[in-house]
Amino acid sequence: MKISINDLRFTYPAGVEALRGISLEINPGEQVAIVGQNGAGKTTLVRHFNGLLRPSSGSVWVGDWDTSKYSVAKLASRVGYVFQNPDEQLFSRDVLTEVAFGPKNLGYKKNKVDELVGCALALTELNDKTETNPYDLSPTWRKMVALASIIAMDTPIVIFDEPTTGQDAVNIARIANVIAEIKKEGKTVITITHDIDFCAENFERVIALSNGEVLLDGEAHDVLGREEILAKTYVDPPQLTRLGKALGLKETVINQEEFLNALK
Amino acid sequence: MAFVNLQNVTYKYPLTKTPVLQNINLQVNEGEFVAVMGPNGAGKSTLCYALAGFVPHFFKGEISGSIEVDGKKSSESTLDEWVLNVGLAFQNPFNQISGAKYTVFEEIAFGLENIGVPREEMKDRVDEAMSLTGISDLADRSPYSLSGGQQQRVALTSILVMRPRLLVLDEPTSQMDPIGTREVFGVVRKMAEEGMTVVMVEHKVEWIAHFADRVIALKEGRVFLEGKPNDVLTSDLLVENGFGISRYTSAAREAKKQGLWKKDKLPVTLFEAAEGFKP
Repeated sequence: MKISINDLRFTYPAGVEALRGISLEINPGEQVAIVGQNGAGKTTLVRHFNGLLRPSSGSVWVGDWDTSKYSVAKLASRVGYVFQNPDEQLFSRDVLTEVAFGPKNLGYKKNKVDELVGCALALTELNDKTETNPYDLSPTWRKMVALASIIAMDTPIVIFDEPTTGQDAVNIARIANVIAEIKKEGKTVITITHDIDFCAENFERVIALSNGEVLLDGEAHDVLGREEILAKTYVDPPQLTRLGKALGLKETVINQEEFLNALK
Repeated sequence: MAFVNLQNVTYKYPLTKTPVLQNINLQVNEGEFVAVMGPNGAGKSTLCYALAGFVPHFFKGEISGSIEVDGKKSSESTLDEWVLNVGLAFQNPFNQISGAKYTVFEEIAFGLENIGVPREEMKDRVDEAMSLTGISDLADRSPYSLSGGQQQRVALTSILVMRPRLLVLDEPTSQMDPIGTREVFGVVRKMAEEGMTVVMVEHKVEWIAHFADRVIALKEGRVFLEGKPNDVLTSDLLVENGFGISRYTSAAREAKKQGLWKKDKLPVTLFEAAEGFKP
């Protein structure tokens, strides 16, 4: 399902102009990372996709729906949004109830709910924690519960807001695996991240925002190689991209495989 | 005598079955910058709480061993005495911001108000701290209207302004943009140069290697490895035990197998990697 954003502007009630004219198209099945400085408008932008925020001017379309005309509850059937802080998202007394809440609310039949919940729990490796209260889990696993409860809604578009924040290497690999699996199902994945190496290793398209505007938008190599422009929005290129530049490699490399091949 | 001295510290929260910290021995000298890393659940935040006096004064639970800062024992101090020397920036700034203040400026002044710093001095110190962490332009905003990374800078600033002798930071850059992260490491390094003792929990290996004096790797409540950044961060034991490593280390380790990396030592930083890979 396509997302079309047309000259989107948004000003918070206190007067901070967070988005200053953004136009983008995100195609079905794309894997998009959004990067940029703190306060650049990343979270503000994605909160327009599921109706949590409404444009001050301009429009956001999800498929054939103008998001300003649909409720958050309605948009939830098309756009799943995993919050940056799982504590803002979780409220049920056990993991199973939490993960089943979304698909139940979307009106799926019991069999379908069970199937979706089963898949989401397996994918996030939560099978042995279904009866635990999410708040008795470590922040790591709470994050996975937040992921599972959105994945179980089976929406064509899934948004992750800083999924790797405060996660260790093992859990980051787990999250990368979740994203790869959703991609295989043909879903659109949009991820906000400051982890540029994670971004380089898992996303095909990168959008860099700066001060509420699109600074760069394109294929990952094209965006992540542009050190001077990225610096304007406080982003460094990936580690191996910087190393490739320091060694004078001709091509922009963004991951280990490309780097080692370029050395030979 | 070390400025921070933990002897055989073992600690269990009231409702947990096994100790979260197990026989921790840790000495940190005055003005030293020590980074603590480890997989989730290693006890990193609990170690921060222990240094800051919240364990056991606030969280209760069972503790044994001794925690000393500047020759004073945590067990013989009250929490309000302890916080005059030790400042902790929380992992999640949402948990730290007071909720009692309308602006960032007031939020940062909150700690100073509580210890009765005169008004003019308070203003100067808040201005100075905000300029140090680059948030002067946020002074009049509500702390709750800020992005995650901005809130994190406010949380850090509101501790720095107290000028603690021991600064404890629990993943202070987790929500920050990459260049902002590097700047915060730079500020922390500067504080250490000026004599502040720093213990900082972090996952960002490249910047730990650049800025910290020493690294402690925790695993399952115990000190797993300890030493100079390059020695610890290139250890073969890290990956198999769930620790993150830098992409430079990972690429060089693979390159070594293919004969493309000739040095004995593996790199952690861009500089080390570029030196070693140069033809």
